[in-house]
Amino acid sequence: MALDKATVARIAALARIRLDEAELEPLAAEMSHILRWVEQLGEVDTSSVAPMSSAAATGLPMREDEITDGNCEDAILGNAPRTERGFFAVPKVVE
Amino acid sequence: MSRLTALTLAEARDGLRAKRFSARELAEAYIAAMEAARPLNAYITETPERALAMATQSDERRARGAARPLDGIPIAVKDVFCTKGVLTTAASHILNGFHPPYESTVTQRLWAAGAIMLGKTNLDEFAMGSSNTTSHYGPVFNPWKKPGDNRPLVPGGSSGGSAAAVAAHAALAATGTDTGGSIRQPASYCGIVGLKPSYGRCSRWGVVAYASSLDHPGPLARTVEDAAILLGAIAGYDPKDSTSASLPVPDYEAALSGDVRGLRIGVPREYRADGMPAEIERLWEQGVEWLREAGAEPIEVSLPMTRYALPAYYIIAPAEASSNLARYDGVRFGLRVPGDSLEEMYELTRAAGFGPEVKRRILMGTYVLSAGYYDAYYLKAQRVRALIARDFAAAFERVDCLLTPTVPSAAFAIGENMDDPIAMYLNDVFTVPANLAGLPALSVPAGLSADGLPLGLQVIGRAFDEATVLRVGEVLETAAGFTHRPVETMIDGR
Repeated sequence: MALDKATVARIAALARIRLDEAELEPLAAEMSHILRWVEQLGEVDTSSVAPMSSAAATGLPMREDEITDGNCEDAILGNAPRTERGFFAVPKVVE
Repeated sequence: MSRLTALTLAEARDGLRAKRFSARELAEAYIAAMEAARPLNAYITETPERALAMATQSDERRARGAARPLDGIPIAVKDVFCTKGVLTTAASHILNGFHPPYESTVTQRLWAAGAIMLGKTNLDEFAMGSSNTTSHYGPVFNPWKKPGDNRPLVPGGSSGGSAAAVAAHAALAATGTDTGGSIRQPASYCGIVGLKPSYGRCSRWGVVAYASSLDHPGPLARTVEDAAILLGAIAGYDPKDSTSASLPVPDYEAALSGDVRGLRIGVPREYRADGMPAEIERLWEQGVEWLREAGAEPIEVSLPMTRYALPAYYIIAPAEASSNLARYDGVRFGLRVPGDSLEEMYELTRAAGFGPEVKRRILMGTYVLSAGYYDAYYLKAQRVRALIARDFAAAFERVDCLLTPTVPSAAFAIGENMDDPIAMYLNDVFTVPANLAGLPALSVPAGLSADGLPLGLQVIGRAFDEATVLRVGEVLETAAGFTHRPVETMIDGR
C-alpha cells in the first residue's frame, strides 16, 4: 500500500499533529516504505488463530468499587500549563 | 583506598556491610564519576543533593542496625520512570518541565530497599529507538570507541544513557525499559548485562508508556549477579498495574548455582539470519560450546515465525503508541503551544513537542488502527504475534532456555543507519520476539568484535523463569571472562 499526501494529511489530522505542506511528501514516502515492508505478514496463514493482545495470562482483575485516592487537587493541577480556580484552563470551545 | 567505583554492586554491598566505607563516601565517588562522564551526555538530570541526603540517611540506618538489602547502593534511573518532584522527560520536549507528583513502583521499591538515586538517564524520545539519537536532550555517546578510531559510537537504545552510565562506571547499576530490545541491545553495545524480565514481573505503574503490552521495566548492571540482586528488589505484584503478575518472587541471587548440568539449551536455527556477520555467528557457536562444556545439552530448535516478529512489532508498537501518546495535549502537564481554538492548541502543541521518529510512529499507529485498515494490519499483526508465542511454547516443551546473539552487530557510529528507518529497526531482529511473547531475556557480554567492540549473547527463558535465565547467563559470563573496559579512562571519575 502506498500512501499519498492527502492520506498522510488526513491521518495527521486524526492524530492532532499539525504538519507543514513540505513534510507530507517525505512522510508519505517513508510510511509507504514501512507499510510495504510490514505487508510481508500477508504470507502467513492466520486463519485458525485468535489475535493476541497481551502476554498477560489472565483477564483484568476486579476490585471493589470504592474510593482509594483523592483530595489532591494541588498535585493534579501542579503541572498544568494554565489553571483557573481549581480547573485546567483551555481556549474557549463554545462561542 | 581502592577506587570505589570499580566495585560491583555485590562487592559494594558487602563493603558497606563490613563498614569498609560509608554510603556517603560511595555516593561522593559516584557523583564525581557522574560529573567526569558528562561528555557522554548519559544523564538528563543529575540529583547529587538528593543522593547525598539519601546516603546520609542510609549511613544512619546502618549505624542503628536497620540497614536494608540495597542500602547505600547508587542507582541511575532511566528518565521514563516517574520520580516524585524530580523532572521526568522521557527525553521529549512535550514533557517540558514535568515534575511528577508520584513515584513509580519500581523506583519506590529501590528507595524502600535503601538504594540511592544519582539522577535520570537519557534515552531515545519516548523510548522509541535503537541508537539514543532521537532524544530532545541530544545523543548519548558510547564510552567505547574502536581502537585507533575516534568517531563517536551510539550506545544503543533506547536505554542508552543507562547503559553508557553503567559501562563508564558513572552509576553502579541502572533501571531501563525494554519494548523491543531497549535494555538488551544497549547492554550488548556497551559491554554490560541487561535483563528484560517476564511481562508482568516488574510493575509498569509510573513508567511513561510507549507500547503497554510490550513495555518491560528491568535492570542494567555490570554482572549477572548484580542484575539478579536488582531484579529481586524491583520485582513483584503491584495492584496499581492491572497486568502485574501475582506470583512469588524467588531468591534470584541464590539461583546462581553455577550448575547447568543437564539443562537443555535450544539453538533456534531461524536466528541464523542471512547476512549475519561471521564474528557474531562464531561468538554464538562459542557460547553453545561454553554451555556444553559446563554440562548442558545444546539442542537445535525451530521458531519458524521469527522473521515475521519485526514487521508485527512495527504494527503493534506504533498502534499502542498512538493511543498512549494521545494524552499529550497541552492541557494537564508538559508543553503547551497556544492556539486560537482547542483543536489548534492540540495540533500545534503536538507538532512542536514530538520529534520526527515519534511523529512517524504515531502516524503509522493511527493509520493501522483507522477504519478500513484495522483488520488488515492491526488484527493481522496480533494473530502473527499469537503464532510467535506458540513457536516459543513448542520450543520450551523440548528445552529449558534458548541461546541467541543479542544483536546482529556491534555498536555503529552516530549518524549511521539514519537514512532508512527499516535499517535501524533491523537492530532489534533478535530481541523483539521475546517482547511479543513476554518472555524473560538476558544479554551478557561475551566477547569483542574484530573492531574491539563488545558483543552480547542472549538467553531467553520460559515465562517467569528468570532464575534459569540468570543461572545460564552467569555460567556464560564466567566462561567468557569478559573483563574489557572502554578505552577512555578519563571517564572513570578519578
